[in-house]
Amino acid sequence: MSVPTAPNMGLAKRLRRSLRRDPGLFSMPALLIVSLAITVAIHPQFSDFDLQSLAMGALPLAFAAAAQAVVVISGGIDLSIGSAMAVANVLAASAMEKTSFPQSLLLAVAVLVAGAAIGALNGLIVIMSRIPDVVATLTSGFIWGGVALVILEKPGGGAPQEFLNLGTGTLFTTWLPNALVLLAVAVGTIWIPLRRSKLGLQLYAIGSDRIAAFRSGVNINRTRFAAYVFSGLFSAVGGLGLTMTTGIGAPLAGVYYTLSGLAAVVVGGVSLAGGRGGMLGPVLAAFVLTLIPTDLIFLNIDPNFGQVIQGTLIVVIVMVGGFVEMERQRK
Amino acid sequence: MSERSKAPFSRVRVGITGGRLLSLLRTRTIVALILLLLVLVAGIQLARPGTVNAIWISNMLLFAAPLGIVAAGQTLVMLTGGIDLSVASVATASAYLMATHSALGVAPAILYGLAVGLVVGLLNGIGVALLRVQPLVMTLGTGLMTEGMLVVYSQKKMAEAPRVPQFIEDLGAGKFLGGIPNDLIIWVPIAIILIFVLRRTGFGRLLYAIGDNSKACTLAGIRVWRILLINYVGCGLLAAVAGLIIVGGTDSAELRLAEVYLLPSVAAVIIGGTSIFGGRGGYSGTIVGALILTVLNSILTLLDVPESVRQILYGAIILLLAAAYTRLTD
Repeated sequence: MSVPTAPNMGLAKRLRRSLRRDPGLFSMPALLIVSLAITVAIHPQFSDFDLQSLAMGALPLAFAAAAQAVVVISGGIDLSIGSAMAVANVLAASAMEKTSFPQSLLLAVAVLVAGAAIGALNGLIVIMSRIPDVVATLTSGFIWGGVALVILEKPGGGAPQEFLNLGTGTLFTTWLPNALVLLAVAVGTIWIPLRRSKLGLQLYAIGSDRIAAFRSGVNINRTRFAAYVFSGLFSAVGGLGLTMTTGIGAPLAGVYYTLSGLAAVVVGGVSLAGGRGGMLGPVLAAFVLTLIPTDLIFLNIDPNFGQVIQGTLIVVIVMVGGFVEMERQRK
Repeated sequence: MSERSKAPFSRVRVGITGGRLLSLLRTRTIVALILLLLVLVAGIQLARPGTVNAIWISNMLLFAAPLGIVAAGQTLVMLTGGIDLSVASVATASAYLMATHSALGVAPAILYGLAVGLVVGLLNGIGVALLRVQPLVMTLGTGLMTEGMLVVYSQKKMAEAPRVPQFIEDLGAGKFLGGIPNDLIIWVPIAIILIFVLRRTGFGRLLYAIGDNSKACTLAGIRVWRILLINYVGCGLLAAVAGLIIVGGTDSAELRLAEVYLLPSVAAVIIGGTSIFGGRGGYSGTIVGALILTVLNSILTLLDVPESVRQILYGAIILLLAAAYTRLTD
């Protein structure tokens, strides 16, 4: 946490405070370890290959979760993330076909800019139209879905092998998939400086109490706008991740990530009321949510139950969170 | 609904007649909506003379009915400050379950379909009303559950191809008395009952009250959870009914059948003047909203542009309408 900590605060007290601020900070690593342990237990021959496919599967979802987390922390919601990812995905796949590796990296930067522009437009729509963000982004997501279809009507396109390798290969050992490195680097370089900046504090401020933030001199609209820009940026990285892991562009591939990303955010301990939570929780939750269908396949159960479990998980976790909150208020 | 709209006269600074017109539109927003609908229809007629005739109007009503019914449930929920994102999954599941049980006869098959709405609505209601989960999260979760269950179920039922009974087909696509769509037989009573309930009954008043200030309602001794529970069950049932009509119209039960209805169901309510924060609006506006969206769809079909461009235009126009509406009444 970047909030200045009193130096004489006891370690236990500090721990308790950061736990209260971000319930996902400690519970999510624990949940991930437990679900990894379960996976190894039911599938003892868990190999480096399984780890690679887990990392590849979770990569786009983790970015979708990160994109959603930024907006939710600022007290909003973005239901257009999946479509924004689809736009980035088809943009990358249709432009990068038959290019060299350096060219594709340049194009990737262009896609990131496009993603930020999509986010900026979302932000403008939400702020200028004064339509509640649920409805505004639900509708703008519909529009971005159309844009993705305009860019690439049918699944196709491609990217140079070295570019795909950024998401599918491994670094140093086969136990360190590139996807994990990419995720850590991308989220780290975007989120950590943001979190430690003035803007990061303002994001949390408008999320927890908009009126108080306004009275403390926070420019609400500018901060909300920034949240959507970062959401668009993360969505674009997610779209690139989708291109890397699938090798093609598919205009409808992103749809799934809007709701699942929101699920990861909720599971990852970011309060939908805003102002509480971090980035580690949602990203790790993406891995847990990806492990569920994998485990079901290992257990010979229809992996489609994964979606049912995902839905149940969202509801149960929010309920438990609600109960804890109620108990705390009663004390 | 007009009688509940706030009219901030202080902001009207246009000339006398313009001001009067604006304040008329603000206090009687339904007038503005109907005007917009008429403008759209006139636009179609001007662009393609001869399009607007009795058959076209009856087709519009036929297509608007399922949307109007899904949006009816959405109106109920949004009046209390909630939202139901599971309506599309419920409608699809209802249609699919009905179609796979059509061998049992029409009535039991329909009951199977409605049961989906009852169960999911009950789950939503319990979550939102008793366990105080945010409506968005709760209905998102149950929507995912319903969808997942449906996929699992459809794979188990591979052998038995879903079949839409003749009765449902007639209901969703047929017309009587030379052009009155059959699905109006369902929609009109629902509309009348809903408008009556919202305007004239205690239950309706309570919906507005809860949407306005749910804490005050609790303090006043109202069992808020009971109203909300009934409300979400009602929304689920209405979505299930709409699913049956939709599948009657398309004549094939698919797994993504009603997906396209989620955005319009929310948009029709918003355009119709019901506030997403609750406490303001009504069903008559939603009806006009559903008609506007249906006519809009028909215009875009007439334009003969690719599906992708259609989607972009549809979304953009919804945004414009909703923005104009929000600004008009804010």
